[in-house]
Amino acid sequence: MLSFQPLGDTGVRIGMGDEIRPDINRRIRSYCNALEKNEIHGVSEWVPAYCSVTVYYRPHLIGYDELCRRLEALAERVEETSEADSRVWVLPVAYGGECGPDLEDVASRNGLSASEVIRIHSRSLYRVYMMGFVPGFPYLGGMSDSIAAPRLSNPRPRIPAGSVGIAGSQTGVYPLETPGGWRLIGRTPVRLYDPDRERPMLLQAGDSIRFQPVDSEEYREIRERLNRGEYTIRHQSNGEIQS
Amino acid sequence: MTEAIRVLKPGLLTTVQDLGRTGYQQYGMPVSGAMDPWSLQVGNLLVGNSRSEAGLEITWAGPVLQFLTEQVIALTGGDLGASLDGSPVPLWKSLRVSPGQELRFKGALQGTRAYLTVAGGVRVPPVLGSKSTYLKGRIGGFQGRALQADDVLDTGDSDPLAYRVAGRQLSRDQQPVYKEHLQVRVVPGPEYEVFTPAGIATFFNSDYRITPQSDRMGYRLKGPNIPHRRSADILSDATAPGSIQVPAEGQPIVLMADRQTTGGYTKIATVISVDLPILAQAAPGHTLSFEAVDVNQAQKLAVEQEHFLRRLEAVSL
Repeated sequence: MLSFQPLGDTGVRIGMGDEIRPDINRRIRSYCNALEKNEIHGVSEWVPAYCSVTVYYRPHLIGYDELCRRLEALAERVEETSEADSRVWVLPVAYGGECGPDLEDVASRNGLSASEVIRIHSRSLYRVYMMGFVPGFPYLGGMSDSIAAPRLSNPRPRIPAGSVGIAGSQTGVYPLETPGGWRLIGRTPVRLYDPDRERPMLLQAGDSIRFQPVDSEEYREIRERLNRGEYTIRHQSNGEIQS
Repeated sequence: MTEAIRVLKPGLLTTVQDLGRTGYQQYGMPVSGAMDPWSLQVGNLLVGNSRSEAGLEITWAGPVLQFLTEQVIALTGGDLGASLDGSPVPLWKSLRVSPGQELRFKGALQGTRAYLTVAGGVRVPPVLGSKSTYLKGRIGGFQGRALQADDVLDTGDSDPLAYRVAGRQLSRDQQPVYKEHLQVRVVPGPEYEVFTPAGIATFFNSDYRITPQSDRMGYRLKGPNIPHRRSADILSDATAPGSIQVPAEGQPIVLMADRQTTGGYTKIATVISVDLPILAQAAPGHTLSFEAVDVNQAQKLAVEQEHFLRRLEAVSL
């Protein structure tokens, strides 16, 4: 069942559930694909979130009630999205040390060694549930509770772009330098947001991420190759690794 | 393409803005664009541009600009005390400027943001379909940043007869008046039911002051606390321009042009689209009170505003 609520006079929030669940996420992705395929006059864009899709529109082109009727009718035409279409990005991560100053802390809080935290963090496949907060930031699902750690009580004023952090049972990557309170366990040289790239945001909702541990030497090498434009970020699709 | 305007002093915050970067919110990219899109659109029409052309958004303490070629310009929005070679510049009226003339600003007299439009538009490369500057993301506008001294702006090609539009103006009764207290209309929700009834009554019956912690991203307000029934946090969800978030501490934040696309705070209401341009002209220290309207009323007002701009557009052609 869909619920409709106005977000001012330029947005409508379509509620599709009330918790973070893979099946709800699939339904949301399928609905967004249907929005893509069936243009509704007056709709300008939409944002998928954990439990909703918010559709933005131009109020002089379509009225709220008419839009809700069309969006409800669209739900009948949604086709199941195939998982095979999902891209899996492989992000190299240097764990610990300067790149991940809180790794030891996350380990001791969970009664683990640093290398166990790395192993657990890098073996999961993380689904991008939604994007937001800052350009290119993925809200990821799928982290093991065994490496969960609370946010810092005193956020850092500056966190370098590429930092991989843990907040509660969530993990994420900072796309650009911002203040932040996540506990940092590593860093990827890959830029999730690069204003100079033709397509500045690397990820989209529905993608998946796998973190691949690299040592500090490999990290530097990849970073230099990225700067020279010689490193292609790997992603898998339909089970194939592409580069 | 012509080198048209040299920045002698940048002012507090002067950026290139159009009507915003639509279509990339699902990747986390804020929309940005003019804080007061109404004034930018009127300014564009006064100089014979399309409504969506890019202009300069000038904030509070304005820049010193030198014109390098003959141009037709207009200033709209807030009255920041503009003068051209020492003579006051009328707002809401297009005028011709000559090479060497300097535009200065004394300081805000009424409103906080002025828009400078030029015939042909401020020419910068569009990024993801928009010329708007998004400062935090270092993207769009003039090299992804606010203007600095010695920057030289180009303007696009304008109609060779553009000078004919000089003198076009908005009649006095059509010009907005910016006051120190604003009654702002909002559509309640979507997280309306997480607040206590007393909290909702407080929100609608109190004055809230705009604090200095206010910028293009949002206005932090100060006033009576708005208590929640339970948690102030929700699963991260989309925001809209004008969404009013209330974090646990109970003080509202109104999200503006550079707002983040998603947020995890409860939203008590959203400012309606026709009131956002007026709100964008309010300054720290000014007060707001909120009045609920339903979405259909809000849309009726939005349609009226659109019709006004279209009539102005038709007259401009």
